[in-house]
Amino acid sequence: MKFVDEYRDPAMAHQFRRELARITTRPWTIMEVCGGQTHAIVKFGIDELLPPQVRLIHGPGCPVCVTSLELIDQALDIASRPGVIFCSFGDMLRVPGSQKDLLSVKASGGDVRVLYSPLDAVRIAAQNPGREVVFFAVGFETTAPTTAMAVCQAARLGLKNFSLLVSHVLVPPAMEGLLSDPECQVQAFLAAGHVCAVMGYEEYLPIAARLRVPIVVTGFEPLDILHGILMCIRQLESGRAEVENQYSRAVRREGNLPARQMLGEIFRVVDRKWRGVGEIPGSGLALAEPYRAFDAALKFGVSQLSVNEPAECQSGLVLKGRIKPAECGAFGTRCTPEHPLGATMVSSEGACAAYYRYRRDPSIIPNS
Amino acid sequence: MCLAVPGKITSVTGEDPLYRMGRVDFGGIGREVSLAYVPEAQLGDYVIVHAGFALSRVDEAEAAKVFDYLRQIGELGELEPQGNEQSAGS
Ligand code: SF4
Repeated sequence: MKFVDEYRDPAMAHQFRRELARITTRPWTIMEVCGGQTHAIVKFGIDELLPPQVRLIHGPGCPVCVTSLELIDQALDIASRPGVIFCSFGDMLRVPGSQKDLLSVKASGGDVRVLYSPLDAVRIAAQNPGREVVFFAVGFETTAPTTAMAVCQAARLGLKNFSLLVSHVLVPPAMEGLLSDPECQVQAFLAAGHVCAVMGYEEYLPIAARLRVPIVVTGFEPLDILHGILMCIRQLESGRAEVENQYSRAVRREGNLPARQMLGEIFRVVDRKWRGVGEIPGSGLALAEPYRAFDAALKFGVSQLSVNEPAECQSGLVLKGRIKPAECGAFGTRCTPEHPLGATMVSSEGACAAYYRYRRDPSIIPNS
Repeated sequence: MCLAVPGKITSVTGEDPLYRMGRVDFGGIGREVSLAYVPEAQLGDYVIVHAGFALSRVDEAEAAKVFDYLRQIGELGELEPQGNEQSAGS
């Protein structure tokens, strides 16, 4: 496939490997923020192509994984009610709430539907005026414009039976939050390419300057990731801390202006609790005042429940890059994708699931 | 959720910019995609698609940058000829 195959060329990956080995003189720690990149790194064994001094740590960039337990429980509550059609992206179905998950709600008769696009939920609402249609709006800045458009179209159609449980989260405040932790070891970031395709990268400029950290906007293919790492190390080795754009084929400085405009119209920025990480100021989106009628949490009166994480799950440490999944005692034994204890084992972008799928036995090194 | 590969626009329908749709081909698999956020995208363009929306048009000129970079470091004489190296990264 065009724009895919050429970025997976092993010989070129090897050239990057040699160049990385040539320019790296000291130990460096780089975090990839996006779960899609974590997935690619583990799948293609990119971490094993790096010089031994370079350590990659996996960041919190899986929206499924960081959706708070409270919101999952609210979703389960709403989805269990008669008359509700509860619509969600597929990877939310197995995310464990306090007691159950959406899949078990569906198995016991709940009308839970997996959608590809939020616009499908608008169509279902228009076709089922007698039912309440609720969309579970999970995702980063990449996904938020798609739900914003669903709200915009539902408002135009005057739909009264459509609402959203909004769990959108914003990446830059989370990066700042990680850096403000005194135990943070991150020295450079690979910024998430598709988040930046929407938002651009101007908001990273003050973060890079103030916190003295290189930030390289990076794509998702193996050569993109190697190139992004190389750009980080060049900056680190020469003492620079700038924002650079590796993924210029898809990311412009100002991002996608029509999408940003729609985000500004439909949503407002709020504080948001990230599962395993805690509350991060200004890191979430909620419906703006004129669109409150579409807020499922208000419509269904789901109160803030007090909830407990399984004590054994260390996903908070995984999401902050403190431990690798295999260092969790439950990994691959009491916790598997079929019976996950934490959300990081569920989504294909969760670090625990990526390690389980590609690297269950840490002694097996791919590509050797 | 974000693992998007670019697809090629093979048809465009709709006048209202908010409802402009396109058929996008991903290596033989076609999907109906909203083009509301890429008003500049035309038939034959490659776009990054996420949750049913094209979010970015792939810039062909910029797409070669990774390879230009490799060529540059190659010209510095650091590299052996391509193609006879052990496979890595796939
Ligand atoms: S392996 Fe399972 S229990 Fe351990 S941190 Fe990951 S999700 Fe939590």
